[in-house]
Amino acid sequence: MSEKEQDTQVSGGVGGTLRRLGRVLTEGRAGSLLVILMIAAIWIFFQIMNANFLSPANLTNLMLQNVAVATISIGVVLILLLGEIDLSVGSVSGLCAAVMAVLIVNHNTSPMLAMLAALATGAAIGLFTGFMITRFRIPSFVITLAGLLLWEGLQLYVLGATGTVNLPNNLVTKLTSTFFSPLAGWIIAVLAIVCMCGLAFLGRARRRRAGLPAGPMRAQAIRLVLVGAAMIAAIVVFNKDRGLPLAVVIVVGLALVFVYVTEQTRFGRHIFAVGGNAEAARRAGIRIDRVRIIVFVLASALAAGGGILAASRLLAVNQSSGGSDLLLMAIAGPVIAGTSLFGGRGSVWSALLGALVIGSIANGMDLMSLSASVKFMVTGGVLILAVTLEAATRLRRQTED
Amino acid sequence: MGDEPVPAVTATTAASPLLALKGVSKRFGPLEALTGVDFEVDAGEVVALVGDNGAGKSTLIKAIAGVQLCDEGTFFMRGTEVTISSPKDADALGITTVYQDLALCDNLDIFANLYLGHERFVKNATRFTGYLDEIEMEKSSLKLLESLAVTTIKDVRAHVASLSGGQRQAVAITRSLLGEPSVVLLDEPTAALGVVQTKQVLNLIRTLRERGLGVVVISHNLADVFEVADRIIVLRLGGRVATFDVKGVSHEDVVAAITGAEFGAAPDEVEEPT
Repeated sequence: MSEKEQDTQVSGGVGGTLRRLGRVLTEGRAGSLLVILMIAAIWIFFQIMNANFLSPANLTNLMLQNVAVATISIGVVLILLLGEIDLSVGSVSGLCAAVMAVLIVNHNTSPMLAMLAALATGAAIGLFTGFMITRFRIPSFVITLAGLLLWEGLQLYVLGATGTVNLPNNLVTKLTSTFFSPLAGWIIAVLAIVCMCGLAFLGRARRRRAGLPAGPMRAQAIRLVLVGAAMIAAIVVFNKDRGLPLAVVIVVGLALVFVYVTEQTRFGRHIFAVGGNAEAARRAGIRIDRVRIIVFVLASALAAGGGILAASRLLAVNQSSGGSDLLLMAIAGPVIAGTSLFGGRGSVWSALLGALVIGSIANGMDLMSLSASVKFMVTGGVLILAVTLEAATRLRRQTED
Repeated sequence: MGDEPVPAVTATTAASPLLALKGVSKRFGPLEALTGVDFEVDAGEVVALVGDNGAGKSTLIKAIAGVQLCDEGTFFMRGTEVTISSPKDADALGITTVYQDLALCDNLDIFANLYLGHERFVKNATRFTGYLDEIEMEKSSLKLLESLAVTTIKDVRAHVASLSGGQRQAVAITRSLLGEPSVVLLDEPTAALGVVQTKQVLNLIRTLRERGLGVVVISHNLADVFEVADRIIVLRLGGRVATFDVKGVSHEDVVAAITGAEFGAAPDEVEEPT
């Protein structure tokens, strides 16, 4: 409704078109479009700076570099939707990876069991954090800040005197070094596209049968074509290098699971409700403390999953695993891609898109051999840009009310 | 206002009103917020509860809603004695409350707000992995709004953040009706609304009355009270000082009862906090 009103207010001409574009971008409804434009701009820029940037080998590496951050970011999105923050996800990922590596190398545990132990460690930490937040009403900012130190200390302790545990070639390292054959890649892509179109068609058919408006067909068709084209392009590029990486399939699969949980289940609806208005959620009979605890458990388990993938890629766990800028990248990504820091607004997809934005910038600057100082400043600048856009969206929403 | 005949939800005899309270008292330390107050509302009746700040309106409403227990007093539903010791009790008895802050989630759709905490699932889905039946919720939301003659809301997929104050009030009232209650308590439903929106909300209140609900409205706005209420109950300093049939009473009489001028007490008597 308000969209139409605003469109009529905007005058014609070039200025009007620009202003309308600005509106669309700051309204937050075209959230993912803005991020995709951002990624395109970043890729074009780095391709101009370094001709290797868009090569199949580098793009495949770019994806593999980002699977860990993207996995952690999925958990961060869940936390942000609640209106909470988790500053300990980085060190949780490091600690859980250390637990896994030590179990495998020093205790001869099977890789599968060790990975499960790492995930369980993460879940236990999340349970602790969630318990402290709900039982003692400690702000999540404070308790996870303490956790950041606590878990990192525990990680150093677990790793022992040498401080580094190298992983032998096993199931864990295979996670990020397995690639599908070109044919298998195509089959996966075609199946994904067929499922996507089928679901969209079924959804429209169900709404029509129920006598409800199905929404603009053209917009949905355009979206399907764009996503399908992106998938085909990705397979072409992956197949020119080593093939579709297993790790990418794992991360996209995780994202799909949590998109379903947040958007189609009661639990997901309750996460949004708690993030939007916790008091209203409580009065509606939602057990908000239980929702909070489960979300912290899921987020910490996902952080552990990210830690496993990072260890798999590094072929080792050391004292800096889960440290340095991992935490900031994992939180900045979703925020750049449109998930609100104030709760109740956002999407699990922003975890993947955000990781792609930040990862592309990091990868491009590595290719240009820029120093860490420049990299930090640029990433910080992009984050400021993103939160400013989000703040503008929020202000507009408030004035609309 | 909908003009199709709506069957009364409940039938009560004249002798036993839908909801009745007898001798309700509440003390906060040395302060008596309510002293031996009787209260009653009948099916198909709108009762306005008026009084100055600190008169005990909120305390009384909270006692009925089960949010804050009173020290003394007996409750009757259709003549049968009942106890209300928690919001759940009130809910089970068919008493629902719409608070002034409405308790809506701005970031959710209208139908998501209506069904918040009572989501419906696709057949055969379990409560945890459950696939929400959005189509069913959307359809019945539209039907419900239509049955209440709420014509200002067309798209139940709109976010509540984009609604006007009157539309929000309509959503909150509609939600309170999902559990098919028999008594609805409305806390300042027209506060901070414009003229047109106030009219819409008052129409909605009339629709509730036509459906045979007992409606209790707390309001500071006497103009709205006179427009929609059947009876006016005046509280002052924790006691029930007057009851008026809205026909045959003037604004001045009600104001006099609220301020206590008619009863010989100074209007600026010590205020009692709630």
